[in-house]
Amino acid sequence: MAFNLSKQDWLLFLGFALVVLTLPISLQPLGAAYPALMQKFCIFGIFALGFNILFGLTGYLSFGHAAFIGIGSYAAVWMFKLLTMNALPAILFSMVVAGLVAMVIGYVALRRSGIYFSILTLAFAQMFYNLAYSVLTPLTNGETGLQLTLGDPRVLDRMAGAATGGLPRVELFGIGLSGGGYAGFYFCAIVLILCFFFAIKIFRSPFGLMLRALKSNQNRMRYTGFNNRPYLLAAFVISGVYAGLAGSLMAVTDPLAGAERMQWTASGEVVLMTILGGAGTLVGPILGAAVIKYFENIFSAFNEQTLHRIFDFLPDSIENPLVSGLSLFVGEGWHLTLGVIFVLIVIFLPGGIMEGFRRISGLFKRGGGGGKPAVAAHAQPAE
Amino acid sequence: MSDRNIVLHVADVSKRFGGLKALTDVDLSVAEGTVHAIIGPNGAGKSTLLNVCIGRIRPDQGHVVFAGTTLDQQKPHEINQLGVSRVFQTPEIFPDLTLLDNVMIPAFAKRDGAYRFHALQSVESESEIRDSAEFHLGDVGLLERRHQLAGSLSRGDKRRLELAMCLIQKPKLLLLDEPTAGMSRHDTNMTIELLKRIKARGMTKVIIEHDMHVVFSLADRVSVLAQGRIIADGLPDEVRGNPKVKEAYLGEAHA
Repeated sequence: MAFNLSKQDWLLFLGFALVVLTLPISLQPLGAAYPALMQKFCIFGIFALGFNILFGLTGYLSFGHAAFIGIGSYAAVWMFKLLTMNALPAILFSMVVAGLVAMVIGYVALRRSGIYFSILTLAFAQMFYNLAYSVLTPLTNGETGLQLTLGDPRVLDRMAGAATGGLPRVELFGIGLSGGGYAGFYFCAIVLILCFFFAIKIFRSPFGLMLRALKSNQNRMRYTGFNNRPYLLAAFVISGVYAGLAGSLMAVTDPLAGAERMQWTASGEVVLMTILGGAGTLVGPILGAAVIKYFENIFSAFNEQTLHRIFDFLPDSIENPLVSGLSLFVGEGWHLTLGVIFVLIVIFLPGGIMEGFRRISGLFKRGGGGGKPAVAAHAQPAE
Repeated sequence: MSDRNIVLHVADVSKRFGGLKALTDVDLSVAEGTVHAIIGPNGAGKSTLLNVCIGRIRPDQGHVVFAGTTLDQQKPHEINQLGVSRVFQTPEIFPDLTLLDNVMIPAFAKRDGAYRFHALQSVESESEIRDSAEFHLGDVGLLERRHQLAGSLSRGDKRRLELAMCLIQKPKLLLLDEPTAGMSRHDTNMTIELLKRIKARGMTKVIIEHDMHVVFSLADRVSVLAQGRIIADGLPDEVRGNPKVKEAYLGEAHA
């Protein structure tokens, strides 16, 4: 019962899993097929997927979700230090801690909606960010960040008699996950696929329907016999748990945690990812996360030499001005490109990249003469 | 009348908004299974009275008792769970969802209560609720359009949709705030037919209406509200003949 999907959703899920698992091949031509970057795609994909359960379904825009990333990271590193280098306890512990903190923040912040909710979440995140450098230093190790040391107790590992020369690595029953290898990527990929499965379940469930209804008309929900607050809180906690999980995966692939992960820019980034990909869609936020991380890591590495190489075939009189013009948009200027893309998408495709896909496939259907454009237009929420 | 159970009792309710006395010592009893119409000129306090009944507004004085429960401290969702549904004057629907989803949601509220989540089941597997939703959409004549977004409906259709959303909950008490406003004559007659049909199902209804044709074809009892006070209460024909009512309301309409 709990593990059932409709035929269409199984197709979506299996297609998604296939795409994620074959990323090392398909990203080859884009120059992004190295594990350290691909696992970032997965981690931020999970973050955005969870964020979208709150923002996409209920419309509540949290500006403080990076706090859960940070909390997840710290919790995971503490598990490595105290208990074992096995990734699973760390991940579970991070999810629990992030969920509990989300419950407290959500309980307070969800007393307001709209901009006031956003500001409250932002305030909480900034509070955690600043506390990490001050009062919470015993837990966070302040500016140095929380790191593994040789003197860590690692109770379970010691009991198992693991001999440690040098710093241990994060592992899953003997497979090393940290350090940017393929094992780390596949671990993150499988977690992402599981997260995606649960996101589909939530989207298709009565609970998901209620969240959408809350976005549409809270008054009607109230007079229809629903207590809105627990539903919103559940959505907030679920998205916090997703973020905590993403944070713990950051620690799994690189076992240290710093407060900079909780900065408000990181909270803003996940908003961009979700809107860029398409808020309220299943795949969109993950796509948005991948696009933004791709730009951040690959596009930013382009320099004038790369451009000269690309436009080598043009005569010098055209090549030189073209390259100097384009060089504004690559390398250090990648933010500019991303900004332009973001503006264009928000203005022309308010539904994000996913709406672009829908429109293109709509064109094909109409071209084939089989589709019913009127019905298709009704099927998509106008937002 | 007196031999029937009183479902809703509004006992000496008063409500002020600043200097405006919206309701003054309003006393009203609605018997089980009847259609009770509340009429009165604009600004008489009719909608305020319904708002008090669903917990949207708290009375300054007096109580509302529904089926033996005092509603003073109850939250809107608790009042609904007790069995009170309302059609609003401006339709309150879910504009971003399909008609089918709109009608299924209240059915979930009825079946699962105010808190229970089903995050791991699929809506698609809830065939019982879907069948019931389709039946009630058919009842209001919107079945063929069930996959449209509710926001795309005309105002009259939104009203009928909202009516279906209330009816699927099989409430003990249905409050209707001008259910036929904004409808064509044809749709109005259809709605009257529908309301007559559900009257046979034994649902108690309180209806606010301007259209006297609707009132006199449906109501078992009529109360007249003017300037926040009940000035007449009785069988439709008695009220129609009451000179005070003619002066306050009907006279105005006939002038």
